[in-house]
Amino acid sequence: MNPTERAIPTVIADSMILARRNLLRFRRAPELVIGFLIQPIMFILLFVYVLGGAIQTPGFDDYVDFLIPGIIVQTISFGGFLTAIGLAEDMQKGLIDRFRSLPIARSAVLSGRTLADIVTNVVTIAVMVTVGLIIGFSFRTGPLEVVGGIGLLLLFGYAFSWVFALMGLSASSAEAAQQIGFIAIFPLTFASSAFVPPDSMPAILETFAADINPFTTVVDALRALWLGTPAGNDIWAAIVWSLGLIAVFAPLATRSYRRAVTG
Amino acid sequence: MSANNGYAIEAEGLSKSFGEVRALDGLDLQVASGTVLGLLGPNGAGKTTAVRILTTLLEPDAGTARVAGHDVVREARSLRASIGLAGQHAAIDESLTGFENLEMVGRLYHLGRDRARDRAHQLLDQFALTDSGNRVAKEYSGGMARRLDLAAALVAAPPVIFLDEPTTGLDPRSRQQLWEAIREQVADGTTVLLTTQYLDEADHLADSIAVIDHGKLIAEGTSDELKRRVGGDRIEIALSDPADAARAGEALEALASEPARHDGAILIVPIRQRREAIARAIRALDAIGVGVEDIAVRRPTLDDVFIALTGRLAAEKSRQSEVLR
Repeated sequence: MNPTERAIPTVIADSMILARRNLLRFRRAPELVIGFLIQPIMFILLFVYVLGGAIQTPGFDDYVDFLIPGIIVQTISFGGFLTAIGLAEDMQKGLIDRFRSLPIARSAVLSGRTLADIVTNVVTIAVMVTVGLIIGFSFRTGPLEVVGGIGLLLLFGYAFSWVFALMGLSASSAEAAQQIGFIAIFPLTFASSAFVPPDSMPAILETFAADINPFTTVVDALRALWLGTPAGNDIWAAIVWSLGLIAVFAPLATRSYRRAVTG
Repeated sequence: MSANNGYAIEAEGLSKSFGEVRALDGLDLQVASGTVLGLLGPNGAGKTTAVRILTTLLEPDAGTARVAGHDVVREARSLRASIGLAGQHAAIDESLTGFENLEMVGRLYHLGRDRARDRAHQLLDQFALTDSGNRVAKEYSGGMARRLDLAAALVAAPPVIFLDEPTTGLDPRSRQQLWEAIREQVADGTTVLLTTQYLDEADHLADSIAVIDHGKLIAEGTSDELKRRVGGDRIEIALSDPADAARAGEALEALASEPARHDGAILIVPIRQRREAIARAIRALDAIGVGVEDIAVRRPTLDDVFIALTGRLAAEKSRQSEVLR
């Protein structure tokens, strides 16, 4: 058979086989799923009921409306954590060597990981939206916009999966990957419009949060799609940011995988 | 897959440096189809680098190599369809069952779902893992994990398999079981390149042996050929009194092919022939009144070959394992 003729269907099929492998582990470790979902729920409840009363969000009926899009964007951006940890583990255990010695496309292992993240992100979004609806969040737009918002979240999450893929391949261990990811990304999500309006921040931070941080762009785009707030260029800019991240980090991660040396 | 001139693996002048370190320095290697080559060398000799290049995990800086007729650089993808690799780690997914591991690998070799499943069952059976096939691999013992790893390398029944120190860290019983599995596999004409620090492992499994050191081939041949190189049989005598060594050596001159040497109370006499050597030695020593605790005729071991060739022991570990056995 001609390898180039079969190349594209084979890459997709191989990626699906590997994505399935990554998801199978959840079947064996329900505690992983519970831990994965309980943390975001806990944060929603803490923010709404502990901090919410003290945070002013002009233009929003209720803090829960302001918070839900922001906290979902934050959580989804960390969905790729599973990719980072999984890849770092595969490196440590020598599985990456096995995969690299198999007749599969060198991108298949990484797309298998990032595809699996999309599935877990769908579950995360469903659970978080449900909790939000229970405690008073409501959509103010039509079904098309709501679905568009979910699509944007999945795209942004997918982009971050590639960022985490690079971290997982570069880190010396799964724990290190987790630390790097947390330190690099967690503060960025806070210095944005996700939890408080940027105009409540000191001037320099406000400039960063309102005008530079892509998290703000994505959060504001999601608010526009779910709550009908003015969108400006946010939706397009959020899509461009996501595609830009993929365009930069997917090749970097693939290159790093190609050269991976098991420790 | 047809191989060139009957060689399943051919490498010429392979070189690879990591920064200042020259891991491979013009390595030449040939493995005839259907045979097992034991690649022997001390730690850091370049064994793993050679395997990584031949399995396309690493590109050489210089030199060429073909495996199953495919060039390791230009035809890497088709080469990978013709090989199986079991490395130093048990490269299995611990959160999948043994069956799921093998099925996944089979599907990634593009066997298709049904064949991948059939093959997984067959291999679990062959490696005595049927009972544990539906258990998560995390629960496997070290020996079971290595057997599963070896099974994964064989899923596609590739014509060439690479085993990089397959039994490192295993207890003696698990090693024996793994050796048996490897031997069975080789019986059907698979070509195997096996790296090892355990000389007895190479002795048991390999048809021929290549010794490498500092990234170069320094000797090659069958185990017997290599042993003959370092000399023939010798008698080893444990003397009751080490002070008798010189006198005993003189008394045995008629038997010796070379002057005797001694190591503490052990007198080592290279001999011309095995026949009646012990009886003659005992009579000669008895005649001059030298007491003997123990006496044996011994062939040189690969250890002796190794020391003669590289000036060092293969590995401390291999000594220990011999004691354990």
